[in-house]
Amino acid sequence: MEPKTKQFNQGAALAIRDEKAQKSLLGLYHGFHAARLRAADATPNWEELRDHARAIKAHTVEHLDYYLAQVEANVAKAGGKVFFAADAAEANKYVVDLAKARGVKVVIKSKSMVSEEMGLNHQFEAAGIEPVETDLGEYVIQLAEETPYHIVAPAIHKSRQDVSELFHRKLGSAPTDKITDLGREARRQLRQKFIQADMGITGANFVVAETGTVVIVTNEGNGRMCTSMPRIHVAITGMEKLVPSMKDLGTFLRLLIRSATGQRITSYVTAVTGPRRSNDEDGPEEFHLVIVDNGRSRLLANPELRESLYCIRCGACLNACPVYRKVGGHAYGWVYPGPIGAIVSPVLTGLGDAKDLPYASSLCGACREACPVRINIPRMLLVLRRELTEGTAYPGQRRVALAERMAMRGYRMAFQGRMFLGLATATGRVVQRPLVRKGRIRRMPPPLSGWTRYRTFPALPKHSFRSRWKRGL
Amino acid sequence: MASPSDSPVRASLFATCIIDQLYPEVGESAVRVLRRLGAELDFPEAQTCCGQPAFNSGFWSEAKPLARRFLETFSGGNRYIVIPSGSCASMVRVFYQELFHDELALLGKAQALAPRVYEFSEFVVDVLGATERVAQAAKAPGRSKATYHEACHLRRELGAKTQARKLLKALPGVELVEMEQSEVCCGFGGTFAVKYADISGAMLQDKVKYIKATGADTVVACDSSCLMHIGGGLDKQGVNVRPLHLAQVLDQAMG
Ligand code: SF4
Repeated sequence: MEPKTKQFNQGAALAIRDEKAQKSLLGLYHGFHAARLRAADATPNWEELRDHARAIKAHTVEHLDYYLAQVEANVAKAGGKVFFAADAAEANKYVVDLAKARGVKVVIKSKSMVSEEMGLNHQFEAAGIEPVETDLGEYVIQLAEETPYHIVAPAIHKSRQDVSELFHRKLGSAPTDKITDLGREARRQLRQKFIQADMGITGANFVVAETGTVVIVTNEGNGRMCTSMPRIHVAITGMEKLVPSMKDLGTFLRLLIRSATGQRITSYVTAVTGPRRSNDEDGPEEFHLVIVDNGRSRLLANPELRESLYCIRCGACLNACPVYRKVGGHAYGWVYPGPIGAIVSPVLTGLGDAKDLPYASSLCGACREACPVRINIPRMLLVLRRELTEGTAYPGQRRVALAERMAMRGYRMAFQGRMFLGLATATGRVVQRPLVRKGRIRRMPPPLSGWTRYRTFPALPKHSFRSRWKRGL
Repeated sequence: MASPSDSPVRASLFATCIIDQLYPEVGESAVRVLRRLGAELDFPEAQTCCGQPAFNSGFWSEAKPLARRFLETFSGGNRYIVIPSGSCASMVRVFYQELFHDELALLGKAQALAPRVYEFSEFVVDVLGATERVAQAAKAPGRSKATYHEACHLRRELGAKTQARKLLKALPGVELVEMEQSEVCCGFGGTFAVKYADISGAMLQDKVKYIKATGADTVVACDSSCLMHIGGGLDKQGVNVRPLHLAQVLDQAMG
């Protein structure tokens, strides 16, 4: 997917003015967010579970080379094939070439964020192959020709009226305000595709290294159909999705599902190891696992950002984030929105263009509080900010504006020398005079006008605390 | 824990730049309250700002001289360091160790100093153990309906989720009414409020809306920066709710 991280501010402004979007975003707080808190509350040892999961991820990421080799060997043992793709282009080529070689005309897809990264659907279309999203949310997004709004609920910004209109326009179905009717229509459309398709593509919530098993977690069951109906199953995943053992998987399923939707278990948890065996009645003839790097090595190589690879894509940080709940999923301009997106997108797509992402945060820490694997997102936002102002870690990064630089220097000098501060305050008391009405400043010149658009500002008082202390308290 | 009969708890006050420059009355209230609860206070003259604005904006090299200055000013001795701001207390207690993660000498200083650092409400409840005494001293007449905004760094960096509410509930003249989303950020975030004014402003509108909905006459927090932001929003919209620091509320109640 072509990154549009540069247009963060435009996207944010659109969302803030969009009442419908604001309503669904508020719904995330009362919906998923509240449900997660209730589920966590009802889970004994929730905090220990988080610690444990973090430790497993830390271990796995530190020994990623070992576990990747283990996955490759175990998938092969089960009769499947692993392909390591250095970037999106390599991954696309492998999957599209495979489809062409096998004469595939229709591909059914279950939810895969990595395939969004790759822009895989466009590559299929260019090759004359029809990709069909079967996750209901993704199906809506595909019909609307948009990108996902949320990691877990890609069409969360669409109301049932929106979907009804969309179906009417694209599929010719009768307008309705019943969700069941919409579901039925989608099912009618998708059934055909399930029957026609020769390739099924899924993501992987987890890949279990000791068995070479791909695990996907869904509520609709279409994902399972993608793994079982077509001749060929291709699972595409980022290289960080590994867990060492089946025992670890239990820990992560408990955390992922509760953190994502507040459920204790999803309707479907599907575990696939290789293609159909000789004594299986059905299942795919071929199984491929495409493990994608696409910039993740850069996260791995940086000890200050490495923990971003612990992410299990539960979406909890999005639901918890008051900024995401204002600017929505499209403003972030790439596949991963919200707090974790603000870390991952800049490093995967280029920090220079994505410089708004690390800065568009009040550093409130709600993401870290919510994250099941305790990823310290605010800390990494600070690191990326440091890289943007004075770092050299990433090529092509754009430096922060000179005016801000000068302002920061001025601030530092003022507070480093006491005398200078006294002078600055004295000057401030004079300069503010024409602006002050009844102890408040209502309008300030740019860039401070941003402040007075929404708030007034207190006037500097006659005496500082320091001078009052000196005179005796 | 100290009781009135013990020798006084000794603490140094770090007033924070925002209280020093903009809200001296908050500092005065903090001093009066702490003294009344038996603390012996000093105010190291060399203090200025903890450096957080630069640190948060990515200018670590500008933040470092200020952080060094803080460490030099407060490192000697074993007095507690009381800071009437969750955010500045987080900077000193938590983030100095990030800032100096690769400068061992300063890292050591920051680590040694961290356990002495307390935010105001933590200090009153956890160090002075004074919740009861506050309740007893709170004799001032008058009733007020207050709602509490839970500042982000106080809650999530310092993990102080209960102290302020405990104190407010101890005041017989104060009725605490919870607002919706009291734990959600008000949108301040330092330069964020200016650089991303529309996003910050949208967050603030929500905060103001939820405060208004409680019917409270006062909104209380433990950070003057959040209160400057929230208070500025209330004033801009002509909403008649007083923004007060917890220290001011205690000071008035015990007055
Ligand atoms: S960063 Fe944490 S909370 Fe956010 S999606 Fe990843 S695992 Fe979930």
